[in-house]
Amino acid sequence: MKNFKGFIVFLIVVALTWLLLTGTFNKDDLLIGGSALILIAILFYRYSDLYRAVKITPKIVFYYPLYLVVFLIELLKANIDVALRVVNPALPINPGIVAVKTSLKDPLSKLILANSITLTPGTLTVDVKDDTLFIHWIDVKGKDIESATKAISSKFEKILKEIVK
Amino acid sequence: MAIAGNILILIGSLFLFLGSLGIFRMPDVYNRLQAGTKATTLGAMSLILGIGFLNNEFLVKSIVLIIFIVLTNPVSSSTIARASHKSGVPLTDKSIIDVCRDDIRKEEV
Repeated sequence: MKNFKGFIVFLIVVALTWLLLTGTFNKDDLLIGGSALILIAILFYRYSDLYRAVKITPKIVFYYPLYLVVFLIELLKANIDVALRVVNPALPINPGIVAVKTSLKDPLSKLILANSITLTPGTLTVDVKDDTLFIHWIDVKGKDIESATKAISSKFEKILKEIVK
Repeated sequence: MAIAGNILILIGSLFLFLGSLGIFRMPDVYNRLQAGTKATTLGAMSLILGIGFLNNEFLVKSIVLIIFIVLTNPVSSSTIARASHKSGVPLTDKSIIDVCRDDIRKEEV
């Protein structure tokens, strides 16, 4: 079992999904479900290569909730921002596509970053090429890469670096 | 609990309404996607959580649903945006910059 970490992470994800969906803590259910989970994890963990980017350190206990909180606040801000733009009769938009550099290497990390960017105020990921993200920005404040990176992705990237590679 | 659930459902419907209004009002595909993605994500989250509050046996399941929506919704919008950009759907005239288009042109030359 060379990809042991992938196996563990896969097992945790599947187990959490199953537990939340069934919501049962009956002894028999847990026994049957648990063995089924381990069987599934043994059969399929080799396809879960994706999870190798997940870091397992004591720090994540703090950074996962922090990321969630930052993300939810940004999501709320995004919605109020878009709602205000939509109801404003003048439709104040200033759109454009800008490039953003990221230092994250792994596909999973980039996926999480791109998803977070899509759900935050006025930005939508259009394309990802290597370490460059192309982002549609509803209200362009900086055209060059540095200022766009600072305004859009730096907030998430700081926290994401602690969670994934 | 019932009051909180009803308020959440109300907020969710409000955001869904604003999202659909945004889809009508915005000038091009990308701006429409912006309005569509964000408003529908929070709207659906709030609506589902409200139903979970009203019916307590659904609460945990509604949280799982919310996680799946948050994970999948931005991916689909991003894919639509990427596909329309690749097939050459133009940005609105109000747009001031398109780095991606310059990039593609450079590769062709």
